[in-house]
Amino acid sequence: MTRKSKENQANIPNRINALPVRHTATVVAGIIVALLALMLAQGLVTNPRLEWNVVWKYLFNENVLNGIGWTLWLTVASMLIAVVLSVLLAVMRSSANAVLRGVSWFWIWFFRGTPVYTQLVFWGLFSVLIPKLSLGIPFTSVEFWSVDTRNILTAAVAAILGLALNESAYLAEIVRAGIEAVDTGQAEAAQALGMRRGLIMRRVVLPQAMRIIVPPVGNETIGMLKTTSLVMAVPFSLELQYATDAIANRIYKPIPLLLVACIWYLVITTILMFLQSRLEKHFGKGFEQRQLGAGASGTSPAGNGAGTGSAGPTKGTGKGGTPDQTDKDTVKKYNETMMTGLNA
Amino acid sequence: MSTHGNTENMQNSSRDTVRPSAPAGAHSGVPAVAIKDVHKAFGALHVLKGINLTVNPGTVTVILGPSGSGKSTLLRLINQLETLSGGEIDVDGEMVGYRHVERGGQDRLQELTEKEIAAQREKLGMVFQRFNLFPHMTALQNVMEAPVHVAGVSKAEAKARAEKELARVGLADRAEHYPAELSGGQQQRVAIARALAMDPEIMLFDEPTSALDPELVGEVLGVMRSLADGGMTMMVVTHEIGFAREVADQVVFIDGGVVVEAGGPEIIDNPTEQRFKDFLAHVL
Ligand SMILES: Nc1ncnc2c1ncn2[C@@H]1O[C@H](COP(=O)(O)OP(=O)(O)OP(=O)(O)O)[C@@H](O)[C@H]1O
Ligand SMILES: [Mg+2]
Repeated sequence: MTRKSKENQANIPNRINALPVRHTATVVAGIIVALLALMLAQGLVTNPRLEWNVVWKYLFNENVLNGIGWTLWLTVASMLIAVVLSVLLAVMRSSANAVLRGVSWFWIWFFRGTPVYTQLVFWGLFSVLIPKLSLGIPFTSVEFWSVDTRNILTAAVAAILGLALNESAYLAEIVRAGIEAVDTGQAEAAQALGMRRGLIMRRVVLPQAMRIIVPPVGNETIGMLKTTSLVMAVPFSLELQYATDAIANRIYKPIPLLLVACIWYLVITTILMFLQSRLEKHFGKGFEQRQLGAGASGTSPAGNGAGTGSAGPTKGTGKGGTPDQTDKDTVKKYNETMMTGLNA
Repeated sequence: MSTHGNTENMQNSSRDTVRPSAPAGAHSGVPAVAIKDVHKAFGALHVLKGINLTVNPGTVTVILGPSGSGKSTLLRLINQLETLSGGEIDVDGEMVGYRHVERGGQDRLQELTEKEIAAQREKLGMVFQRFNLFPHMTALQNVMEAPVHVAGVSKAEAKARAEKELARVGLADRAEHYPAELSGGQQQRVAIARALAMDPEIMLFDEPTSALDPELVGEVLGVMRSLADGGMTMMVVTHEIGFAREVADQVVFIDGGVVVEAGGPEIIDNPTEQRFKDFLAHVL
């Protein structure tokens, strides 16, 4: 808890101004850790074998910057596709239709069950294995539409597809857990208002599930950032890791170029973490405990804890004896004020 | 109900005079809700064993019964949150959940589509014990949600209407608050406003005050009472016997899956069935 500025506080005549507890052990531990960190920093900066001048020289190299662009594109595109697919898979998973459930189960089983590297190799070979894609009736010669696979499945597409399909299987489980965490009373209240399944999912369930889904998806996105370095299996050779490797092999200086890659991965990760915290804020709306406006005049105490938390059933035998006098009186008193409002 | 001289019934009959717009008790025929020999089983658990009940337009029916007797189940059946095992429920003269079709010369029941069921639900407003407000929306957004996305009302129109409904439950100044920022009683009043915004013909209340601290019960009962005074058809499951006495036109006691006793509010003070007597002795 941070202390708030003076004008933000209530005027309490006997405000307590106590001395804080001394955390000696914490302070000592802090000093030791700080010293260790300094030593590490010194080692990193002064070690001549790290060749910081080379790092600096290649940090903004055109191929490296290009690689960052591709890495970002691969990450964003594959995650976007994966998110859309995963929501579909998660909804299918809880569908009443057994075929949809089965497809979803199989998809998740297959893409989680095989190495992503293997999948990327497969997507790279796809146009060799299946040279022509067509849409028709199975086991007949009827064909509505067909296309040369090579023309659509370029290396970049194969890379994005490979990453996205693999990721969708993991995200589907995250999304499913998020959906299941939403109280069933929410969907019931929505149904009672005449809302239909699709609308309930979109307006009521998913927005609440997002609060649970976003942190692990942020995690997955940062993971994906680095998994993109595997697309050389396709082979796709423009992303950051491949670009720095290529330079390192050319000038025989692997270490400084690994540092270049690391620095950029860290920069992107920092940005992603920032975006994640923004998203968490957005989807946490209504869930964080907010201070009620100071001016708000309430008939009841700002018993915020209420939420759904205090909603534990208080009914039962003990509760039954409430039609006491005071209760009825409050009803009547309340009614008097109510009637004026109601006549409008 | 006039045979009893106690004050509760005096108030009750005066309520009838307060609402001139309310349809008379015996309305021109079609009951608002007709429950005919309704059975409901969860697997082997036979919860409702032939319930018969008629609710006339503009009247308030209070359903009493011990915990686990199937009161919630009955309300949920009316709103199709559960499916019937047997019997029939009509809302406004229309059978809920099914239609009659002819198959091979036989009269069969055909399940309604999701769309048709959603349309039937629009006639009914429901208020839950645990409020079930949408926590990611403000009070105003909660009330606007269905009018905008189900009824297709314009945002501006829905907002004006929502503000009116919130004012009606005494929460005009809480429109921009999220549910977590409201007390239990305020949340339940928002939930009532949310249901009212869809212009339901019948309101179903499932223990609307059971999750509330005692000092907040009154404000919710107050809103319900004024709704009743306004002529709303209501079915209320509650343990608030005082409310039943003062507001109900019909009191129904359910136990063991059947209606044990039913009548005007005077049966609360003069129960005939032993099981009802025991229940009241326990609750009062
Ligand atoms: N979805 C369900 N699956 C299985 N059993 C259920 C289900 N819903 C309710 N029941 C059972 O049906 C019985 C009646 O439940 P119901 O909730 O209708 O009781 P109630 O009269 O509303 O009780 P209370 O006063 O405690 O709310 C209970 O025994 C309950 O356990
Ligand atoms: Mg119940």
